[in-house]
Amino acid sequence: MAKITMREAISQALMEEMDRDPAVFIIGEEVGVWGGTYAVTKGFYDKYGSDRIKDTPIAENAIIGAAIGAAMVGQRPIAELMTINFAFSAMDYIVNQAAKLRYMFGGQFMLPLVIRAVGGGGRQLGATHSQTPDAIFAHFPGLKVVSPGTPEDAKGLLKSAIRSNDPILFIEHATMYQVRGDVPEGEYLIPIGKSKVQRPGKDLTIITYCKGLELSMKAAEELAKEGIEAEIIDLRTLRPLDMGPVLESFKKTNRAIVVEEGWKSYGVGSEIVSRIYEEAFDYVDAPIIRVAQKEVPLPYNRTLEQAALPQVHDIIDAAKEVLK
Amino acid sequence: MKKEQLLDLYYQMVLIRRVEERGAELYQAGKIGGFMHLYIGQEAVSTGLIAAREPRDRVITAYRDHGVALNCGIAANEVMAELLGKSTGMSKGKGGSMHMASTEKNMWGGHAIVGGHLPVAAGLALGDQYAKNDNITICMFGDGATNIGYFHEALNLAKTWGLRVLWVCENNQYGMGTAVERASAVPEIRQKAEGYGMKNGQVDGMDVVKVYEAASEAMNFIRKEGQPYFLEIDTYRFRGHSMGDPERYRKAEEVKKWQENDPIGIFNKYLLDKKVTTRKALDEIETRVEEEVAKAVEFAESSPEPTMEDLYADIYADN
Repeated sequence: MAKITMREAISQALMEEMDRDPAVFIIGEEVGVWGGTYAVTKGFYDKYGSDRIKDTPIAENAIIGAAIGAAMVGQRPIAELMTINFAFSAMDYIVNQAAKLRYMFGGQFMLPLVIRAVGGGGRQLGATHSQTPDAIFAHFPGLKVVSPGTPEDAKGLLKSAIRSNDPILFIEHATMYQVRGDVPEGEYLIPIGKSKVQRPGKDLTIITYCKGLELSMKAAEELAKEGIEAEIIDLRTLRPLDMGPVLESFKKTNRAIVVEEGWKSYGVGSEIVSRIYEEAFDYVDAPIIRVAQKEVPLPYNRTLEQAALPQVHDIIDAAKEVLK
Repeated sequence: MKKEQLLDLYYQMVLIRRVEERGAELYQAGKIGGFMHLYIGQEAVSTGLIAAREPRDRVITAYRDHGVALNCGIAANEVMAELLGKSTGMSKGKGGSMHMASTEKNMWGGHAIVGGHLPVAAGLALGDQYAKNDNITICMFGDGATNIGYFHEALNLAKTWGLRVLWVCENNQYGMGTAVERASAVPEIRQKAEGYGMKNGQVDGMDVVKVYEAASEAMNFIRKEGQPYFLEIDTYRFRGHSMGDPERYRKAEEVKKWQENDPIGIFNKYLLDKKVTTRKALDEIETRVEEEVAKAVEFAESSPEPTMEDLYADIYADN
């Protein structure tokens, strides 16, 4: 096992897949000469050249639209959105085209397309550049939505996404590129659509993903000092959603909280809680609590921004509440 | 063009007309649902254009797509079955009037979001550029689509990257019910291509031979230069925007004036004046089309509905 950063893990996945399959190319704003806004594709332009690392105009419709077209005729583009907030500019292409073309034309088209997008708040970028709209995209059948919380998962899931024949939105978190974690030596793949127990425990279940995983792991350490053992389930993929490990854990602990960075209303937590009530109602010992972002556009001021984002102490408080 | 080819174009134009006339009847009878946009009046445009392509060249269009589908070689049976939502339609009854495609015939869809398919067309051409072939993508759209942002992003990308796209604006004078000059800063649409330094041309879309010639010239340029080309084709739809259009935005005299320039009538006269063929031969084509359309309706009506298993099929390629 080697300890690498999230950035290195994603970069390695991209490079390994580009080396393996000449149909894979990268298209997006500042992915080439600049080296990627978050330096994920640093050095790629020199290695692969302008045909395979395509710098685009600032035109999200053109980026995602062109990636869809190229995928339809057999290439395997990886489109990068500088931030997921710009996905709203390309909304038609993500939800009206990528998610629907295969079904609507009776299965004639294949769309082996990955859209990488950076999401999340916490960098004082203001309301329009700090959102976590994952649930919106997970709403649409036809799209797959993946959002890893560890370097190991990021690498293995991204490689699987690139090899998949379906359109996949791959959401990374802006504050997690420096997160370090163990990654297996050599090539490995992690299947899309599988939740995972990231920490075993017996007292309550924390269901989370991406940034929420980082926060939940810290909260679980604190809780352990007080003798509370939280089991953490990392969803990893939001669509298709794998409820298996969630329900298995809940049937053991009978108590749960859901942690996400997005807003609470109509969010990922809302979906998970509904599913637990629908599928494991007899096992519920306490109301399930959702820990999520406050219902405000995220402010610039650091104190206010942090107050709006879910924090480790919010998770600890929720865990204790659910155990009362 | 040789005689056989000219007669084939005539056959295709009559086929589109009759398929759509029958389609309109079936729509009125409640057998076709949703939106249905007829191509009647515009047949010379796609017929002339697509005649100029090689089979390896791709076609993508908007929602007014029945004619384009037929020109690309999709059988009338399949077009009619898709209109009726049957499992034997090319999109298995899941796409309907606005979503006809056939990868086999290199027809990449009718697309129902105005302007939405333009960046996708750039992408088809990007895929071909990446594969280092010189296939051309013919992308058709209406005048209305040239006012939406997608159009400008797609044209800019095509010129910047040297994508082999033939952009075809079918200017039928109205974006739904809004006349071109009420919606577009420049009524002569091709001027928009000038803004992107893109070579462009304009042609009378009621004359199939002229369309064919203009398209051939444009495609020669694209193939040779590795650059896009913008072709504005002036035409007119004789029917409403879609079924059930009250047509309050135009006068009956205007429609009548254009109908005197019926593209099928013009071509019929051309074939006789130039002594390409006889009236009898043209009548025979008409009869052949009538029979083919009758069979297509029979095929569609007797085809099975999609099953409940089909409801969940083809959402994803991987399980």
